[in-house]
Amino acid sequence: MKSQFRGGVHPADSKDTDKEAVKTLPLLELYLVSLSQHIGSPAEPIVSAGDKVLKYQEIAKPTGFISASLHAPTSGTVKAVEPSPHPSGRLIPAIVIESDGEDREFDISTNSDPNLEKGPEVWNDMVKNAGIVGMGGAAFPTHVKLSPPDDKPIELMIANGIECEPYLTADHRLMLESPELVAVGLRLTMEMVGAKKAIIGVEANKPDAIETFRSFDLPPDVEVAELPVMYPQGAEKQLIYALLGKEVPKGGLPMDVGVVVQNVGTLAAICEAVTKGKPLVERIMTLGGSVPAGPGNYLARIGTPLSDIVKQTGGMKGPAARIVSGGPMMGQAMTSFESPVLKGTSGLLVFGPGEMKALNQRACVRCGACVRVCPVSLMPQTLGNMVEWNIFDELEQNHINDCIECGCCAYVCPSDRNMVQFIRQGKAEIITRGQKI
Amino acid sequence: METVLAPSPHLRSPDTIERVMYTVLIALVPGSLIGIYFFGLHAIRVMLISIVGCLVLEGFVLKLRGRDISPLKDGSAILTGLLLAMNLPSSTPGWMVIVGALVAILLGKHVYGGLGYNPFNPALVARVFLLISFPVAMTSWPEPKPFTFSLDTVTKATPLGEMKTNLLMTGSIGDIANIDLMAPFLGNFGGSLGEVSALALIAGGLFLLARKVITWHIPVTFIVTVFVMTGMFWVINPQKFASPVFHILTGGLMLGAFFMATDYVTSPVTNKGMIIFGVGCGAITVFIRLFGGYPEGVSFAILLMNSVTPIIDQYTKPRTFGYLREKKVVA
Ligand code: SF4
Ligand code: SF4
Repeated sequence: MKSQFRGGVHPADSKDTDKEAVKTLPLLELYLVSLSQHIGSPAEPIVSAGDKVLKYQEIAKPTGFISASLHAPTSGTVKAVEPSPHPSGRLIPAIVIESDGEDREFDISTNSDPNLEKGPEVWNDMVKNAGIVGMGGAAFPTHVKLSPPDDKPIELMIANGIECEPYLTADHRLMLESPELVAVGLRLTMEMVGAKKAIIGVEANKPDAIETFRSFDLPPDVEVAELPVMYPQGAEKQLIYALLGKEVPKGGLPMDVGVVVQNVGTLAAICEAVTKGKPLVERIMTLGGSVPAGPGNYLARIGTPLSDIVKQTGGMKGPAARIVSGGPMMGQAMTSFESPVLKGTSGLLVFGPGEMKALNQRACVRCGACVRVCPVSLMPQTLGNMVEWNIFDELEQNHINDCIECGCCAYVCPSDRNMVQFIRQGKAEIITRGQKI
Repeated sequence: METVLAPSPHLRSPDTIERVMYTVLIALVPGSLIGIYFFGLHAIRVMLISIVGCLVLEGFVLKLRGRDISPLKDGSAILTGLLLAMNLPSSTPGWMVIVGALVAILLGKHVYGGLGYNPFNPALVARVFLLISFPVAMTSWPEPKPFTFSLDTVTKATPLGEMKTNLLMTGSIGDIANIDLMAPFLGNFGGSLGEVSALALIAGGLFLLARKVITWHIPVTFIVTVFVMTGMFWVINPQKFASPVFHILTGGLMLGAFFMATDYVTSPVTNKGMIIFGVGCGAITVFIRLFGGYPEGVSFAILLMNSVTPIIDQYTKPRTFGYLREKKVVA
């Protein structure tokens, strides 16, 4: 049963780079492999300054259950493990690797299953060893999602090819250029979680991708679903609702309704990890916005400094006024291009002066627009006002923690209220208060 | 070039308070022009005094509160001024209009902290204040005369007023039930200078709906409630109660339903809440018109509903995604 998920907005999709085939960036001199690439605890380095590493070699181990390992993007020498720029704006430890220019590979063939004979248990370990995390942006360690507990039977696997963020076209290009990786990844994950059926969800603005999958000889238990364009349809719970009409209960996970969702990029990485033993050391990302001289889709190694991407693609056509890591709705603004590509970096967008709405934040005029568009059915204006007036006691009662920070409320607000910022501030306050007690 | 570290989302819709206010002002143009057509120079006079009065007072109060005076440009003071004028008889003396503007801007808006914080519609607070303080001036309605730019006017009762008087004197609403309803539809009847043409106001209202500045919930439920309730009374006793068509076309209903009750700040934020609000406005309007001491009840109805808006919001909170209602287990 397909339904329209509640709320949502329709920003111009600006998918200007969707005809640009993926290009591989040349080998660089320096890579900054951040230890905080994913949700959960950061990875722990197992190399130190002076060590020689090979491409694909593991350089950091996961710490704890929700964590993921890291691998060298090329061969060379570890220069340092030191606090380095990160899209969050903070300095976060990274393994700095100086390339030797040879790109020599670590032997990964032993840890692979080219003929897919070893079975789901082994594949799951391979996914874990490959350091795969959700590549749609959330960067949740994938092996965790693929190991649902026994009391949560999984019926359905959803391949998330929605890419609802404007400007981003990386998933779109992947679906066009390497659909077989996605399809094999989907097959593998279906077996890993025991799902009998699968749906590949794609928005209607990518008809060629839908065509590609439909022209495949997909097994009858795999359906390709075309969904109307609506932001934030790529959000897991909204996507599940749009496809199945089922609500994931509060505080729950998709597995609570018998579903696992994986981004198409993640599925491709899973395929590569299992069939070739390749750890996650590169990803496709979109370089977009009006300022870059060479906008397009690029295969970048994890750890590539964003400044190098700009340099290698012809620089910038003009001054940058807004630099965003990720999509324009949920991405992180940065002051410079110093930070590196992370596993979850779906795009780098650069906008010029005067392109973004000049915000003039004022009091809420209670227009109700945010209430109408909130996909979670919150009352965003109430949350915003409470935080602004330091009334923190009732935030939880008003379900602030269910907010997915999609930004729809701020997008429509005629008073230019920075709703997401208010909400994050409110959530942080709840955490600090909880710690004090 | 400085890069900006703004919080997400980086894309924003082009909507602004200014766009909203100026769209509402444009939507009021037809109604204002009809007012000028029927009430001539006096209409222009009242509108000018009210708008300029509100703007000057807004600037003054902002200065007094030590604020930046940029909100002057947001259009809200102009809108309050125009709405106030449209709710006044064209014969209102200038000083009285200024008192109205003072009440609207000061008591209606800034004592609460300015735009966004006021619980009551400022223009309506001012109108009701004037109505209570100066009942005679506020209920002498100049007779509409196309293109009369003379400044003397003959006063005429409003259809609703006449109906109430007839009812009190004779126990029946009399001839008024049989008037040609094209008159109030086009604007040729006694009343406040901006409320007389249902046609012009509906046109403006449709424009607001088309521009998505307002939603249908409040105006439609407000008007339909008045229609249905007055219809029921009319069916029961047409001697004592006028027809529903008469009721929706006369008085300030269209102006109120499309332009006053839909005021963002003072109406509920949820769709369900707006429906309750619209029905409430309609029901109170009907009770005042049919059984109250005043012939017209739109302003009072909206102000009363403004006062319960926070409660309506509280009780119409949507169900948060994932908070499923407990399903009853059938044994
Ligand atoms: S950011 Fe949160 S409150 Fe705002 S629309 Fe999205 S989910 Fe709702
Ligand atoms: S969209 Fe902005 S102004 Fe409108 S109710 Fe929400 S917070 Fe208030």
